[in-house]
Amino acid sequence: MTTEPLLSVSDLRVRFRIGGMMSALAGRRTEIEAVSGVGFTLERGQTLALVGESGSGKTTLARAVDGLQPAAGGSIRFEGRELRDLPKKDWKPLRRKMSMMFQDPVGSLSPRLSVRSLLAEPFAIHGLSGRSLDAEVERLLALVGLPRDFADRYPHQLSGGQARRVGVARAVALDPELIIADEPTAGLDVSIQGEVLNLLNDLRDRMGLSMLIITHNLHVVRQIADRMAVMYLGRFVEEGETEAIFRAPHHPYTAALLSANPEPDPDKVHNRIALPAEVPSLLDRPSGCEFHTRCPFAQDICRTQAPTPSALGSSRLTCHFPLNAGPSAVEAIAAS
Amino acid sequence: MSEQVLIDRPSRQRVAKIGRVLRRILREPLGAFGLTLVVIVVLSAVFADVLTSYSPTKLAPAERFAPASLQHLLGTDHLGRDLFSRVLHGGRIALAIALGATGLSLIGGIVLGLIAGYGPRWLDNLMLLLFDAIKSFPTVMLALTLVTLTGPSLLAVLIVVVLVNVPGYARIIRTQTLVLKSAEHVMAARSMGASTARILTIHILPNVIGPILILASMDIPVVVAIEAGLSFLGLGVRPPLPSWGAILNDGFVNIRDSYWIVVAGGLPIILTTLGFTFLGETLRDVFDPRLKRRE
Repeated sequence: MTTEPLLSVSDLRVRFRIGGMMSALAGRRTEIEAVSGVGFTLERGQTLALVGESGSGKTTLARAVDGLQPAAGGSIRFEGRELRDLPKKDWKPLRRKMSMMFQDPVGSLSPRLSVRSLLAEPFAIHGLSGRSLDAEVERLLALVGLPRDFADRYPHQLSGGQARRVGVARAVALDPELIIADEPTAGLDVSIQGEVLNLLNDLRDRMGLSMLIITHNLHVVRQIADRMAVMYLGRFVEEGETEAIFRAPHHPYTAALLSANPEPDPDKVHNRIALPAEVPSLLDRPSGCEFHTRCPFAQDICRTQAPTPSALGSSRLTCHFPLNAGPSAVEAIAAS
Repeated sequence: MSEQVLIDRPSRQRVAKIGRVLRRILREPLGAFGLTLVVIVVLSAVFADVLTSYSPTKLAPAERFAPASLQHLLGTDHLGRDLFSRVLHGGRIALAIALGATGLSLIGGIVLGLIAGYGPRWLDNLMLLLFDAIKSFPTVMLALTLVTLTGPSLLAVLIVVVLVNVPGYARIIRTQTLVLKSAEHVMAARSMGASTARILTIHILPNVIGPILILASMDIPVVVAIEAGLSFLGLGVRPPLPSWGAILNDGFVNIRDSYWIVVAGGLPIILTTLGFTFLGETLRDVFDPRLKRRE
């Protein structure tokens, strides 16, 4: 059991039905696959970041892992246990070990409950009222660096950063193994973002947490994640160690994302790779390599033949012509 | 312990909030007027036995058709019954029906609305169909049907009113529940492992109940009018029980000679509906965040 990764996902698929009966009758496609064959493992104490544009399936993937969205295929194993099609009653004990933080710091807190009630709720849900709840609430507030009298406030009286801290406190209330954080820094000032990330890092080290972080903010990834995975149209195009990917991205899409990331250094020369066109519709996935419609390096083979996942260094990626793979590839970038 | 912490809004805060709402109602002339009327109607119904020594049902053939006097403040009807006493006691019935039926409709509307909004799609569609079916019947038709089946009674009036009101309340609750179902705080509760009952009562209900409480306060006068109307038609309260609608009907027959009977039956209906309507509308304005306070 101990060698088993905390979370291991393979070939996960999540489908959404769109349109109604009428479009089904008209013979149009009525399903889209928002997450399409994704696999990764998360070791204990590790942090994996999912990055990608809006609509790339990051949030859907997280919700599927958390059991909020049924998976249509594949497998999700948590501590060696298959979560897909797990009966509802078996889910409940797992909820203690896995907690999720949602995007909107204030919106993810129940508006009519005080901070005290919000923080006490996990204990109440899991029947842990034997402990002194007031003491637990104080402990949690101290843990996330909020003053004690915040317990009597209501969500609308909190700033985004304070609400996010309450969200973090609630997420770690029951000493979970895994935290899934959907855009933990969304909607916060940059300085507050830093504080929240430091808090998460600190808690991870102190409590031995594993984290699955969803973000489109690459600074967040670099500050917090051991590994990162880049999603495009519901698939991983590249997955590997964060530092290695930042140093030398192999997939053109990853390279484009990284080049679009603003650096706080005015002297830095930007070699921005601009991607043409729009993200294709999930209803009409491109043939061959799905990125070929926007890839500046696309060749004929990319249009017809889908690349298979391959390993390169510490990364896994799906691309016919990976960048930074050797001297010739480096020259190819310089030439473009 | 856990319950204590979860339902923790300090009572002091709640009292302060009620005080604030009350002050704002009283600041509006219409609200103050409505509240005064409602208080008078409620008090006179509650203290009916203290305010008059006459029985509302005792016949006194010798004093038939007596006009208003110090002895009979509103006169007597065709059977010699004291109208003031009948109006006060009729108020008890009118208010009991209005509050009881509205309360029951609220409970029914909330429960059905939550089920329709949070439950599976097919159940939602089925319930909407049912609500529309009920709504498509005119109130009087529904009442006639029910009375034909069960005979006129207080209970029949109650059932009709509840049947007519529930679909409206349920629809409002359903729509808001549908919105909140995918709200992040509800997802968060699901993610923590909260039961459906807990999600509905703690995370959804407190956030959807406001509008229908205000709607219900505005529906009270409608219910008063329905009760009076049904009793006027002889479909409601059975004689000799006093009801404003029944008094109105008694007076209607004798309107040429004894106008005061109609006045005695009509005036309380007008004052009560006016009072509750003004109060309800002021409440709505007070709670509507879009209408800025005129400070």
